Amino acid sequence: MQNIIEYVQNKFNKNIKYSFNTGDTITIDYEIKEGERIRLQSFKGIVIQCKTNTFTLRKISGNIGVERIFMYNQPSIKNIEINKKGNIRKSKIFYLRKLKGKKANIKEKYK
Amino acid sequence: MLGIIGKYIGMISLYDIHGISIPCSIIKAGPCTITQIKTIDKDSYCSIQLGFEHKNEKNTNKPLKGHFKKANTLPHKKLVEFTGYFPNLKLGDNIKVNIFHENELINITGFSKGKGFQGVVKRHGFSGVGESTHGQHNRLRAPGSIGAGSDPSRVFKGTLMAGRTGHERITIKNIKLIKIDIEKDLLIVKGSVPGYKNSYLIINKIINGSKSI
Repeated sequence: MQNIIEYVQNKFNKNIKYSFNTGDTITIDYEIKEGERIRLQSFKGIVIQCKTNTFTLRKISGNIGVERIFMYNQPSIKNIEINKKGNIRKSKIFYLRKLKGKKANIKEKYK
Repeated sequence: MLGIIGKYIGMISLYDIHGISIPCSIIKAGPCTITQIKTIDKDSYCSIQLGFEHKNEKNTNKPLKGHFKKANTLPHKKLVEFTGYFPNLKLGDNIKVNIFHENELINITGFSKGKGFQGVVKRHGFSGVGESTHGQHNRLRAPGSIGAGSDPSRVFKGTLMAGRTGHERITIKNIKLIKIDIEKDLLIVKGSVPGYKNSYLIINKIINGSKSI
């Protein structure tokens, strides 16, 4: 049963496996439509959760927290760049929402 | 109308040309074998019987073995009849997903998930009696009155009450067929289908010109 679902994913979706995880800082370039024109927009933020089909990014823009949900197979995503690997203990870091400034930083993971 | 027997595999999201996600169900349908053809002369109505998924011969009883031997096929797990006259189909023919085409509307029949003994709010969509606050208690999901008092002196038949819910035969009409995979016998339809994973489904073509069957 799982094989069939995998087969359909590979055949009809792009099904790219990304190597980022919760706590990483990534930049996504995605297409947006403005009337007739299509242009690329980038969103840089921290991954606060990874689900089976979606993941959530959080960034602070002008003192206001902004969160966006993306899908792994979303056709509008053109490029994903991993800027920083984060050293975290939880897979869902919602505690970041309550923190500000220096405390909202995540330590970098060195190999 | 001609159809096919299938099995529900699971759900997935695909994307259309505008990049909007469509929730889709995967159905493994066919290949089905014709195990019996009923005619007006013999049975006073026309239909074909299709068999789906092979079964161990050891687990088949003698009457069924004879039935499959007549059609010269292996024993099948699931048998379903489709009414209609199909002059170019013969006993033992295989029916595959290529009887359908993409963007077609189809009907899907199956058994819904069993939900056990449920109250009237879930079973019949009652809205309950009272509120949760303002001094009230245990009236939030209550059925209310079930009839008048001394005049009929009884409860009318068919009054909606709590009871076993689900596991009913359900047909969902006009489901859009999004993709067909002929290599692996898969149908991908928009939205959900009745029943559990691995439960049997009957997929019917809709008669030309009319939306409902």
